[in-house]
Amino acid sequence: MSRSAEENIIFDGRIRMPYKWAAGETSSYFLTQLRDHAKLWGTRCSVCQVIFIPPRKNCPRCVTADTTWVELPSRGVLQTFAVIYFSEPLLQPSEPPYIYGIVKLDGADTGLTHFLGEVAPGELRSGMRMEAVFKNKEDRSGLITDLLYFRPEGGSAS
Amino acid sequence: MAQRVGIIGFGQTYHRSHRDDVNGVELINEAVRAALEDAGLTIDDIDAVVIGNMDHFEAVNYVDTWSVDGSGAWMKPLIKLTTGGTTGSTLGIAGYHHAASGLFDVVLVIGWEKNSESDTTGAIITCSDPIFDRFSFSGALPGLAVEASAYIKRYGIKEEDAARVAVRDRAHGANNPYAQLQTPVTIEEVMQSPMLSWPIKLLDICPRSDGAAAVIFAGERKARQLCSQPAWVHYTAVRHSHTYFGDVDYTRLHTLEAAVQELYHHMGIKEPLKELDVVELYQPYSFAGLKWIEAMGLCKPGESPRLIWDGVTDMGGELPFNPSGGVICTNCIGATGLLRIGEAALQVMDRAIGRQVPDVNLALATGFGGAYWSDLMLLGKKPW
Ligand SMILES: [Zn+2]
Repeated sequence: MSRSAEENIIFDGRIRMPYKWAAGETSSYFLTQLRDHAKLWGTRCSVCQVIFIPPRKNCPRCVTADTTWVELPSRGVLQTFAVIYFSEPLLQPSEPPYIYGIVKLDGADTGLTHFLGEVAPGELRSGMRMEAVFKNKEDRSGLITDLLYFRPEGGSAS
Repeated sequence: MAQRVGIIGFGQTYHRSHRDDVNGVELINEAVRAALEDAGLTIDDIDAVVIGNMDHFEAVNYVDTWSVDGSGAWMKPLIKLTTGGTTGSTLGIAGYHHAASGLFDVVLVIGWEKNSESDTTGAIITCSDPIFDRFSFSGALPGLAVEASAYIKRYGIKEEDAARVAVRDRAHGANNPYAQLQTPVTIEEVMQSPMLSWPIKLLDICPRSDGAAAVIFAGERKARQLCSQPAWVHYTAVRHSHTYFGDVDYTRLHTLEAAVQELYHHMGIKEPLKELDVVELYQPYSFAGLKWIEAMGLCKPGESPRLIWDGVTDMGGELPFNPSGGVICTNCIGATGLLRIGEAALQVMDRAIGRQVPDVNLALATGFGGAYWSDLMLLGKKPW
């Protein structure tokens, strides 16, 4: 190797390919219930009795497929939250600053990640009661974002 | 010293072109539960999990963590492996290594793919070098078409010879309830199917499948304790070679030649056609069923059509190939190499319902992928 380049060439690239992700029957039931009735459903493992949301077709702990549907209330307890000041326009189009958090719905054993709204960051406390706010029915399309955000129960915290 | 290892369980999904009823995690879980049931185990009996699929095929990068809900790897040692087309055979060999090391007694190995979720060719193209290979030659078909045309030119092989291989595998696939394609085809149907890239026609090549496979490996003590007839791992051989597609010698499959020579030498196999009892060949298209059995030393170069037309590799022949229907009937890529191992194990265990070859003592499973890579796993009825 006696010669080196007069310039090092750098190529710009971007992998842009189409994908289609099948939600599967289980998540499709959850999403259509959300879309059509603004209801949130979880699944309970018949062996472990653990209730998961989002729903799982099989139990993540014992791998059994013996699970049943459980309707969950659209309210629960804020476990944790974070305030976001930067944007990732390709994958997370929300305008910063915005807040996301994890809410454990009453009766569920796992938390649901989502946005928090109608509240200032300084008013949030882990452990406070939260309730879901849904899009209007005509705007719901079978996405997890048909649930707009969680807000402090009964409206604004202040 | 490595300990002996046996396969004690195998499970697979019913493979289809589209499994919209399940997501990838749920698809994986179907194979896991089937394998556990086959072995008579629960997830608590599993000491470690090895999982893999093709990069970019589902656009999920941390497949090992993402799939834990389905794989049963929750709170267990877990590793993801991916080596392109050889992913499934790499997974099987890694599962063998885990158990052979003695560090894990019972190892669950999972390969899966949902080909329906991406543009398969687009995803495969991302495997190759972005500066020199991506713009032209990469993807599944170009290399195979060059290989087939070089082989035709050198030995005067006919397209009908390859069609006969496809006819064999499609006939075998009709015996396998898990296969995606279960309808037999004729030579004429293969010859008249649409030309994709000369000389490869639609019915010469594998389909795109959604499916998963799970194989359970156990160290000797556990294997004997848990299973009345394990499929014992006798030997594995691996040859991975080139980076650029232009580096490959398309007139020969050097990786397979080198891997089988190592395996035959180590096992003392002099006449593979007589000594092997069944082969599950990772044969993604029909022409490979000619050229690659020559690379395996079953006959001299250019003589494979005679073996194929004489039915030597058919069910009931001297050395049946692909009783499962093989890759031409089912190709959920990250699972495909592992399906070869699982199906070979079923043959050794005498549990290949509807597709069992009588009196199997030795079964050979192969993997193929990357830039013409080859993997082998030899399974036997008795520990070696
Ligand atoms: Zn459970």
